[in-house]
This record gives sequence, C-alpha cells and structure tokens, in this order.
Amino acid sequence: MLKLRRPPCFSQLCAAQRVVSQSAFAFLFSEMIQYSQTRVNTADELIAKLEDAGVGVGRRALELACWRERSSKRETRALWKSLFGAHADSLQKVQDSDDEFMIVEKEPLVNAFISSAPVNCAAFVAGGRTPSPPESGRLGRRLAAAQFPAEVSAHDNEEGATVLLIKFAPEVLEREKRQA
Amino acid sequence: MASEAERKKVALRRLGDATFSKVDKVSAELFSLTYGAVVTQLLKDYEDVAAANVQLEKMGYNMGVRMVDELLAKASLAQCASFSETAEVVAKVGFKMFLGVNVEVAAATSSEFRLLLSENPLAEFVELPEECSKLEYSGLLCGVLRGALEMVQMRVECSLLRDTLWGDEVTEIRVLLKERLVEEFVDDDE
Repeated sequence: MLKLRRPPCFSQLCAAQRVVSQSAFAFLFSEMIQYSQTRVNTADELIAKLEDAGVGVGRRALELACWRERSSKRETRALWKSLFGAHADSLQKVQDSDDEFMIVEKEPLVNAFISSAPVNCAAFVAGGRTPSPPESGRLGRRLAAAQFPAEVSAHDNEEGATVLLIKFAPEVLEREKRQA
Repeated sequence: MASEAERKKVALRRLGDATFSKVDKVSAELFSLTYGAVVTQLLKDYEDVAAANVQLEKMGYNMGVRMVDELLAKASLAQCASFSETAEVVAKVGFKMFLGVNVEVAAATSSEFRLLLSENPLAEFVELPEECSKLEYSGLLCGVLRGALEMVQMRVECSLLRDTLWGDEVTEIRVLLKERLVEEFVDDDE
C-alpha cells in the first residue's frame, strides 16, 4: 500500500539557514580528500573524484536555494552566497571568447588550511557548479531553468588566487541568442 | 551539591555558546551536503553498508584526534574531575563549538554516558533508502568521540543506539569508558 506522509526532512527544508563551525567543515573536507587519495592513482583521478562529489552537492544546493526563494528565477549569485557565505571575489569574461567566464576567488573556503598541493582542491567547487547555471544571470538575466550545460574547471592563477573557468556548451549560447 | 553541579552545567553551556560565537562559520547546508557526498561515495566504493559504517567511524576517529586540540586551544577548560563531567564538556562545549547544536547528557555514570541529539546537522535532508536501513549515518560522530577522548587519555567505545534516520525521536550515542590510559614518557636519549 502506498503510504502518503510528510517526509521527515520537510521541516528542515523550511528552516532558517543555520551555521556550523568552519573547522568542522575543514576537518570533514580534509578527511574526504584523504579518503579519496587512497582510492586514486593519479592527480587527474583525484580531481575527477572531487568533482563527482561536488556535482551532487551543487545539484542539491540549487534545489534547496530555489525552494527557499520561492521564485521562478534562479539567482546564482544568491546561491554562491548561501553556500560560501560571501560573494565571489570577481567575475570576468574571458577575452576573445563568447562562451567562457571566470569566477575569481582569492581565498576559497575549501582551500583554507590546505597548503600547496599538486591538485587544487577547489575542483570540488568546480564540480559543484557544473549542473547549476553558473552566473548565467550575466548572460541574459533570463533564468528560467537551471539547464545550462557547461564545463567548469579550477585553476590557480599567477597571484595565487583560484580561478573557476566556466565554458558553456554551444547550445546554451544559441538559446541565449534566440531569447535576446 | 546538586546546585553545584547545576552551576557547572550553566557555566559550561555559556562557555560553549561563547566559543561558538567566536569561531568562523560556514553554512550548515554546505556541511550536510558535503557529508552526504562523502557517505554516498563510501557506499559506492564499498558496496556494503557494514563496511561503510566501519570506514565512517574511522574517518571520524581521524577527525576527532585533531579536533580535540582545537577544542582545548579555543575553550579555556579546567581539568575534568570525573567522567560525567567529561560528558558535560563534550556535550555543552564540544558539540556546541563545532556543530552549533545543544546536546543533552543522559545516564551519566563514572564509566558510561549517553548523548542525546535532537538536532543533527550531519543528517539534515537525509532519508535512508530501504537497502541502507542499517547504515549508521551519524557513525562519524562515534569516531570523533573515540578519537578525541583517546587523545585525552580515555579509551572509549561509542555506539549509535538510536538515530532519527531510523525513525527514532532523537539520535542517541552511548559512550563507554574502557580504560584510562596512562601517559608514558619515553626518554629519547636512550
């Protein structure tokens, strides 16, 4: 028999935003990376693993943010803030390229307490951004649905800041053009 | 005497609140979702709930070993006179400082206590699917307690007795004191 009941986590969806200590997160994240390291052979595999983990987080965070905002618009700036507590340091468009954007973050939360490593742990964030519409607001302020397939990757730049490079899939640009 | 204990509890609660307000914070959702990603990964890798339970506990242990340092550094604590006082410190200061939640101590004796969590940031937005109904989702906490207490010379055994994810009212962790370790000083010169 099909049971209809309110899921136990329903009230949590509506609850106000809460916080936990940053170190608790840092400890958990470091454990996650250490565990992932035991399961991979190369740095590339580690990046892929962290991205995989991030994808799930990103998808759920977007879902949650939309539920909270109760609007049809999907405001990604707000999403970034709700996850990381502050707006990203800057957003830049890559010159000579229509489909690439960069989010620059001087001290990403996930890299706090982590010393230089062969792999930029912000790969986790990169993965998390993939299914969500990364800064699509800039493209046309037409945020109907979160269907902005894009490739996101994390890099270090010369000044030591972390750069998330976002490359939208061609169909997104075509759609934006049609809508403009 | 009872009022003395009460007074201590209030003082610890205040200390926990004060310490939590001092530390840097991140969104609890980022934390729960990240933990969710970890658990999912473990289940995928091990394909076995029991093995994932063990690994979660192990990860918690590694965290606890280092978390206790931060606890001692950030909260000015006096030495605990008894195991039940340790219980209060763990609940009122430790849990408060890291997770921002209030935890109750129950059935505290000189060798055992139980922690009752009515809210648990780890398990937010979580429902266990049927095939994972034996998963100790919050087993990480058991590991944290074991690791942290071991660093302060107490070997304990922790187990998850009840969990809101199993349909219980509260999440309950039992901490059993196995032995007090004696600090051994080894002379490096010899």
